Amino acid sequence: MRGTYPTRALRESDWPLVLRIGVLGLQGDVREHLEALESLGVAALPVKSPDELSGLDGLVLPGGESTVIDKLSRLYGLAAVLKAKIADGFPVYGSCAGMILLADTIADPTMNLRGEPQQSFGGIDMVVKRNAFGRQVDSFEVDLEIKGLDGLAGSTPGGAQPPVRAAFIRAPWVQSVGDTVEVLASIPAENTPKGVDGTRTARIVAVRSGKLLATSFHPEVAGERRIHELFIHMIRGDA
Amino acid sequence: MIVHPVLVCDDTPKGFVTRRTYDDSRTAELIERKHQVSENEGVRNPAATTGSDRVKRGMADMLKGGVIMDVVTAEQAKIAEDAGAVAVMALERVPADIRAQGGVSRASDPDMIDSIIASVSIPVMAKARIGHFVEAQILQSLGVDYVDESEVLSPADYEHHIDKWNFKVPFVCGATNLGEALRRINEGAAMIRSKGEAGTGDVSNATGHMRKIRSEIAKLAALPEDELYVAAKELQAPYQLVKEVASTGKLPVVLFTAGGIATPADAAMMMQLGADGVFVGSGIFKSGNPAQRAAAVVKATTFYNDPDQLAKISRGLGEAMVGINVADIPAPHRLSERGW
Repeated sequence: MRGTYPTRALRESDWPLVLRIGVLGLQGDVREHLEALESLGVAALPVKSPDELSGLDGLVLPGGESTVIDKLSRLYGLAAVLKAKIADGFPVYGSCAGMILLADTIADPTMNLRGEPQQSFGGIDMVVKRNAFGRQVDSFEVDLEIKGLDGLAGSTPGGAQPPVRAAFIRAPWVQSVGDTVEVLASIPAENTPKGVDGTRTARIVAVRSGKLLATSFHPEVAGERRIHELFIHMIRGDA
Repeated sequence: MIVHPVLVCDDTPKGFVTRRTYDDSRTAELIERKHQVSENEGVRNPAATTGSDRVKRGMADMLKGGVIMDVVTAEQAKIAEDAGAVAVMALERVPADIRAQGGVSRASDPDMIDSIIASVSIPVMAKARIGHFVEAQILQSLGVDYVDESEVLSPADYEHHIDKWNFKVPFVCGATNLGEALRRINEGAAMIRSKGEAGTGDVSNATGHMRKIRSEIAKLAALPEDELYVAAKELQAPYQLVKEVASTGKLPVVLFTAGGIATPADAAMMMQLGADGVFVGSGIFKSGNPAQRAAAVVKATTFYNDPDQLAKISRGLGEAMVGINVADIPAPHRLSERGW
């Protein structure tokens, strides 16, 4: 499936013709997201300051530590600018920590020494629980059926998509969603940890709301490109 | 699974690895899976897999661009988290104290690790002695997120490191050069760090290791393919991994820096030398104002390429830790010479 993507490296002179998608570069697996985007033929740019947000067609919030990205983005004025842009319909995709940052509500925010909770940029009407699947020894990978991928590169001739190999690393899950949010994927009950009452529940791990997309898992560490491709189609308005 | 000898180099000066057979098919298989997944259209095992190479190495990817801080109490862990640490390293004494007090140093008390895990939401790492696989088993059982098989503690085995493939918890190991890094990766390490002289505040060794690893990778990448066999022999590293580094031009796992980092400028320099992130040991909690210094090192690691920001970040931090020059430490007491 790699063969279907343009392979020539982009030059700066190409940029007016192609989408410019940023990756928030304060901390996390920024390079993997940049590589995923570049392999799909868009201009991918790391973003560390509020100025670098202008002129972008979309932004990816990478995996990493949500607490660290939250702190640095507020400290350097990125958070306020980004919140305003999201409210204006700016397309954003968040994986793992990025999903936490896109949640309107964090179920279990960490508190700082002054007792203030960690914050998110918000935008998706959902409640997200951090490290919900457990600690690193519980991190896992699994084949996942995801809605909305039909017709993208990698489809079989019948149009069906093979499952996505999804890596969940100290991953969050979505506890609940509002009416405006479309659920794209869930982990079936048998693969989720037992709750306090000893039963297992299916958990939401991929959602879409308008131009915002979020996944609990990391397509970028598994060589998976279809989630990024879906995001590009969302930016273009044809998905 | 075929077990075959891949590295038989009894003509090496140190006599390293004599006729030991590696289960190399395992490494090769893992490497294969990591690289070919996007081409693999077939139906894979749908069951959830824990402890895979991808989630171990992926965990380290999520730490990139971040700072991991040594802490000895839950209070210090909280200060570190609040300052923007991406993870904390739980240990009994910081390296500067281990150095000053001497004696055998071991993995930490489980109660102490429990209290640190309970106090923060960021990942918690802990150190096990080189070769001490039972300490590592205990740390895994405690729910530690990463084990550092560390030269800072007293080695438990002067010949063998831990067989890290046997664990669900991922390992980070120290390396002074490319060969050492690849030997650790062959044993299952999912993350590598430099091995600068811990507890000194002297960054010169870490600088040396980062430069050495970088230039050895560059040399490999420039070699014709038929010279890689001898290169593998000279590096005392498995051919499969040598070949992979030569073709990708980078280590197959994340490379952090560690040892002697005491200032924001130290951290930024390591990042400019190609580190993916920074471990800070005694440098934080042996300084005059730990919270402020910790926050400054975090910012410097993110904005490592921006001298104007670095100048601002470096102001008003109070006393840095009192350093020891590595050159003043007699060779038998140098921690970076532990591990092989």
